[in-house]
Amino acid sequence: MKDLRKVLHSAQKVAEQAEVFSASARATTIQFEANELKQVQTKESSSIALRIFREGKVGFAVATGGGWEALVDMAVETSQFGGPANFEFPSSQNYSKVRIYDPKIKEVPMEKMVVMGKELIARIKGHTLEILCDVQVTKGTSSVSLVNSQGGEGGYEKSFFGLGLEGILVRDTDILWVEDSASSCRPDLIGIDDLANRVIWQLEMAKKKAAVCSKLLPVIFTPHGVASVLLSPLVLAFNGKTVLEGASPLKDKLGKQVFDKRLSLWDDATVAYGVGSYPFDDEGVPSLRLPLVANGVVTNFLYDLQTAALAGTHSTGNGRRGGGSPSPAISSLIVEKGGISFQAMVEDMKEGLIVEEVIGAEQGNLLGGDFGGNVLLGYKVENGEIVGRVKDTMIAGNVYQVSRELLGVGQETRWVGGILQTPPLYCSGVSVTTRGS
Amino acid sequence: MITDVLKGQRADYIEIRCEESQATSIVYRGERLEEISRALNSGGNVRALVQGSWGFVSFNRLDGLREKVALAVEEAKLASREPFVLFPTKPVVDTVTPQLKRDATAVPLATKKELLEGYNDIMLSSPKIQSTRINYRDVKRRITFANSEGSYIEQHKTDLAGRLTAIAREDNEVQQAGISLGSNGEFSAVEGLHEKAGEVARRAAALLSAPQVKGREYTVILDPILAGVFAHEAFGHLSESDHVYQNENLRQIMVLGKRFGGKHLNIIDDPTMVDLRGSYAYDDEGTPTNKTYLVREGILEGRLHSRETAAKMGERATGNARAINYLFPPIVRMSNTWIEAGAVSFEDMIGDIEEGVYVKDWYGGTTSLEMFTFSAGEAYMIRRGKLAELLRPVVLTGNVFNTLHNIDAIGDDLDMNQGGGCGKGGQYPLPVSDGSPHIRIRHCVVGGR
Repeated sequence: MKDLRKVLHSAQKVAEQAEVFSASARATTIQFEANELKQVQTKESSSIALRIFREGKVGFAVATGGGWEALVDMAVETSQFGGPANFEFPSSQNYSKVRIYDPKIKEVPMEKMVVMGKELIARIKGHTLEILCDVQVTKGTSSVSLVNSQGGEGGYEKSFFGLGLEGILVRDTDILWVEDSASSCRPDLIGIDDLANRVIWQLEMAKKKAAVCSKLLPVIFTPHGVASVLLSPLVLAFNGKTVLEGASPLKDKLGKQVFDKRLSLWDDATVAYGVGSYPFDDEGVPSLRLPLVANGVVTNFLYDLQTAALAGTHSTGNGRRGGGSPSPAISSLIVEKGGISFQAMVEDMKEGLIVEEVIGAEQGNLLGGDFGGNVLLGYKVENGEIVGRVKDTMIAGNVYQVSRELLGVGQETRWVGGILQTPPLYCSGVSVTTRGS
Repeated sequence: MITDVLKGQRADYIEIRCEESQATSIVYRGERLEEISRALNSGGNVRALVQGSWGFVSFNRLDGLREKVALAVEEAKLASREPFVLFPTKPVVDTVTPQLKRDATAVPLATKKELLEGYNDIMLSSPKIQSTRINYRDVKRRITFANSEGSYIEQHKTDLAGRLTAIAREDNEVQQAGISLGSNGEFSAVEGLHEKAGEVARRAAALLSAPQVKGREYTVILDPILAGVFAHEAFGHLSESDHVYQNENLRQIMVLGKRFGGKHLNIIDDPTMVDLRGSYAYDDEGTPTNKTYLVREGILEGRLHSRETAAKMGERATGNARAINYLFPPIVRMSNTWIEAGAVSFEDMIGDIEEGVYVKDWYGGTTSLEMFTFSAGEAYMIRRGKLAELLRPVVLTGNVFNTLHNIDAIGDDLDMNQGGGCGKGGQYPLPVSDGSPHIRIRHCVVGGR
């Protein structure tokens, strides 16, 4: 905080308003490659960023590993060309408590992380002996501090624990990838059992191969599949910046029914021990549980301070920094669970696909809501039963078309990658293209 | 200082890499200059090898370097793999500086802004254009490398990357088109693009009324840019030995001497090419670089190595161990990757296609080693040997073990593409370039609705 105040103080001499933000992190990762412990790594990082309003314009500069003295000059240089300063940095606030730090993180010994990795690999190999697994076990802590010229000030510490596995099984020229991960601010919430069971289920379902023809088919997107295929176009469309510039298909849709009535979606920065949670965003705005879609109706978009000012609205506490200046971004997304079990969805299908992972899904016209790509991991369903893995198969569709009327929203919900909690979604009419037809 | 730090440490091998960088980034979103920023970055890392396992520590502050080395050695001792000896490289003391005609990192901010604003105005004033995106970033880095074998290498690198995108809208329909830019820091790569900016905007608007291709197998012709992405995704990644060296089954599939394509097919990776984004003199393990034939006359001839993968496979280190910055250890990566020119003209290639798809320019690409997808920024139907209507953007997919065999014509017009960047193991975007002449692929799956 002392360094921050120093920078703030010298910035205030040349600027109308100023804000100093610093982030630091330390994480240790145990890495297994091809079932063996290959590397242990520790990463330490710290950065400090300065944003100023000078002569009515915004200037920005960031430095890592020293060089703070140059920050003010650099920010002044960029402010000559900067956009109009049309908002205020938030003044002093009372932030509500969001649980994101578990002191137990300090007590997790590296030896225990090594054992976790070994046990996880042993479980998977117990099912499929020839599989080669890359496993990562990570623990870390990070801290954020912020101070601005309007009296705003805050700081928090956060802990992180993650476990991830990627398995590869090669038979002749056939390659099968299986993958899953789990993360939380609380190490006790991460165990190997759930993860191992999910990966073993993938291996079991992919044991046999199944053929599919080119046509329109119903598709069940598993929580993994939702993250891999449907998430990116939606994240882009709810971003206040995309809305402001008129490039979001949802721009005129506030208060309108765009999605199936059974679909509700939140951005929630207050989830206890969620890795995407925080008490205030990277601009000092308090965090929220923000409904984006309520029973199919579009209710909110994500804003940071500047975008909100330009759009004539308020920041939703979604100003995030990825090394550069703040921009609207999600914290954690939560899709409300529905009323149909995964098993019932499968049984309902005469012919269709279950999609877990698609490669190339982000290469199409994301802004327009298109999705598509090669099914890296997916299964064919015939007469209510999973019959095997599909290969050399592409899917294509549009997220607004498939989610206007869903065949079902699943009962079983789970976290994927620490930032999305979703049930399986059962969609109709996805285009499937395959070789030789 | 570094030799002092390494003294008395009990490890088989230790290296230290320090980096200082300065970056400028400019972002337009529609008519708004969204970001114009400068960043200073410095940091370093230590990597230690003990009994076959690695310890790695990265940091922003250089103080306490001796303790950091000790931590890396401690970490390495936690693991217990089979010990091995790194592929030997001669200790080198050298300094490498780029020779640029006009270094982008030295061009005044005002000049960059004015130039980009010009392109933005052209796109925004074009019919049906709702918004634009312009991303520009240049970076200058000084990387110092030293290892316990006596190497001390200082490399100065510059890089420039960017993209112009036009977004067209009509009713609820949103379409976009763009071009990628890149160079080894030469500013000319972003100059004189006024005409291209106009074309991008017109194409985005035309896509609003363009049809979607019907998904199925087609004969496709790839332009040099997209064929370069294809070479990178479809074959380049499979040539990275870290995917292969510990996987007995993959090693059997990727055995040298195996046929992957016709006699006309040659695929090369070469960091020694001058003035390309993927060019460098030493990799991030201090290995001097080489030209590597991955495929020669259709047959697997070589692959890309770090010192570890080379040692474990009994092959030579190729100088392809690269790290995106000091936060990461080096892993096996491509540099400049391309398909060598053949002899077929574009007219001959397209002439006998009854119905096919011509795909141009790059939008993205990815691979699972066996299956890959890549998407075209621009696509047209081919009917009766001629280019026909513009199509909505298409995604193509294939399987490396048969798609390379399906290349039946290789053009005579090699061109290298410098846009984009490569991602692997969380390290993105690494500067690379790729290229190819026009190529024709039979039975290529094109996704569509």
